[in-house]
Amino acid sequence: MKKILALVLALAMLLSVTAAMADGIKVGIINLDPSESGYREANVKDLQETFTAENGYDASFVTAPTADKQLEAAKTFITDGVKYILVSAAETTGWDEVLQEAKDAGIGVFLFDRMIDCDPSLYTAAVVSDMAEEGKTAVAWLESLELPEYNILHIMGQMGSAAQVGRSGALEEKCAADDKWTIVADGTGGDSWDPEEARKIAEAAINDGKKFNIVYAENDGMAGGVVEALDAAGITHGVNGDVIIMGFDCNKWALRKLLSGEWNYDGQCSPFQAGLIDGMIKTLEAGGTIEGLNELSQIINVEKGFDARTLTEDDILLYGLGE
Amino acid sequence: MSTVRKATKKSSGLGQLMIPLVALGILVLFNLIRDPSFFSIEMATNNSGNQVLSGNLISIIDSASGLAIIAMGMTLVTAACGGQDISVGAVGAIAGAFFVKIANTDNGITGGSAILGFIVCVLGTIAFMMFNGTLVAVFKIQPMIATLILFSCGRSIAYWINGSATPQLTSPIIDALGKTIPGIPIPTPIFAVILMAILLALVFKFTNLRLYTQSVGINQGAARLNGINPTAIKLLSFVILGVCVAVAAVIGVSRLHQLNHKTLLVDIEMDAILAVAIGGNNLGGGKFRLLGSVLGAYIIQMLTTTLYSMSVAPVNVKAYKAIVIIIIVVAGSPVIKNKISMLITRIKAGKLQASAAKGVE
Repeated sequence: MKKILALVLALAMLLSVTAAMADGIKVGIINLDPSESGYREANVKDLQETFTAENGYDASFVTAPTADKQLEAAKTFITDGVKYILVSAAETTGWDEVLQEAKDAGIGVFLFDRMIDCDPSLYTAAVVSDMAEEGKTAVAWLESLELPEYNILHIMGQMGSAAQVGRSGALEEKCAADDKWTIVADGTGGDSWDPEEARKIAEAAINDGKKFNIVYAENDGMAGGVVEALDAAGITHGVNGDVIIMGFDCNKWALRKLLSGEWNYDGQCSPFQAGLIDGMIKTLEAGGTIEGLNELSQIINVEKGFDARTLTEDDILLYGLGE
Repeated sequence: MSTVRKATKKSSGLGQLMIPLVALGILVLFNLIRDPSFFSIEMATNNSGNQVLSGNLISIIDSASGLAIIAMGMTLVTAACGGQDISVGAVGAIAGAFFVKIANTDNGITGGSAILGFIVCVLGTIAFMMFNGTLVAVFKIQPMIATLILFSCGRSIAYWINGSATPQLTSPIIDALGKTIPGIPIPTPIFAVILMAILLALVFKFTNLRLYTQSVGINQGAARLNGINPTAIKLLSFVILGVCVAVAAVIGVSRLHQLNHKTLLVDIEMDAILAVAIGGNNLGGGKFRLLGSVLGAYIIQMLTTTLYSMSVAPVNVKAYKAIVIIIIVVAGSPVIKNKISMLITRIKAGKLQASAAKGVE
């Protein structure tokens, strides 16, 4: 028994030695399940393509849909002695203990995409999207069209989610402030951002004779659902149509709708944080300090809005999510 | 004697449909008072240049199609197994993935590929439903637990089949399946419901499936002693549900012209079970009326459309829906039903007494 134990120990030591011999920077990356969405898939792929051996990393990837599995993975990474941990958390709470442990062990923690509810001193930096900014960008684009009146069909996402609150916020603010802007009808696609529900909401609005010239849908799928209702009712849309179609997320299929002129606008929700984090780690490794963080130690990922009239095929390849 | 038996049979049959019919009636009446133009139907030209009927009534019947079809299958599973399949939404996503995988060829969607896709979709869905059915019928696992497996992993399986893509399906065939066939102004999904209903009605007419299903649901042991194979009957109910789910999935995919494994038929299991319950069917198995479940599906959709039409704030829609549904379900509960029937007999007795008194006079 003792012999076996000794053998196991020896093997473990050998393994750890070989692991230490790999000269890349050891990072542990904890993400959500790639099948969750086109966004997540692009996000996972982006990280895998950035944190490679050629780029000087020795990276381990864990994708887990639940908080407990993610926490377990974080603990394993701490025990394994990684130098940096990157997390996109399934839940915003419950991380304090593990993050403190990591901090005590001298491990740098980067949050990406999703914030964690904890003291900012517990992580090095967070690279996140500013959903409110996404809404503002979209509203500013709409404003730049200088339409005589703005009658809006507003399809919201999962009520209370960061994306819904941010994207709705800017529009509601504008409608409250400007008499020319009216929300004629609104509804929500629910927790799953259901396009079929969006279609039904649009259908009900059309049947009730509500006149709108703008569709502000908070993701691509739901914009697609509304367009089906418009098509069925003989309402034209897009660049040369009567109704302006706006979506969010920049899925490749949605950007192609822009390119063909069926839709007008798509707001980006960028899943590409790996480059920024890579840069920050390289800075730290070179002995520098990270600059440009706000009071929450955040760096806001810059996001674009695409106009059907200026979108190019290259944009789709560069910024489009999924296939 | 025979007339008495006939009368009681008739009243018990209507009794089950009483609640859904009354609920539907109240909803219709409410909408007529609220806005008489709610049910107006007009002829419109869609963006493909076809003449189509449009209006809330058409929307409701059209939008509820998938739910109505799945509710029929769910009724059978409920009746035979005394439990519900909660995986229909997730298996629907798999069904959609099968259909699109085969139908969407490099040359787009052709008539042949669509038919092949539909056949593969139906067979594949039946296979997955047989998995559920085997767990329930052979291994005697509670239906909700057995179907929990596909409920949680079904959409991941759909993702494996389909990959990361959100395929866009642009083809006149898909238009015809999900919207309208050129020249026919009524949405195709409505015909799909009618077709499925006729199909099941024919099966019930020419086989003993209804009787066998009910006897298995009421008392398996007694059914077995009478030469019915409960395992086969339960499996068969899952096969039929599989066909229903496949048809609903093809409608769902065609309607939106795209496949999204995350949102196709999402949450439909809950609405389907609800439709079965509103239809007055016993969720513990046994006797059933398919018509009740179909009415239940239309009630749910009419309720949703009514709330949209009333411009209820998006945050509150679910709450209002829940309140109305609670009222319908409680009104249909045995306790309330008994109370009402007692009340009716008392009133009748009172009338009898009154007329008797008159007669004496």
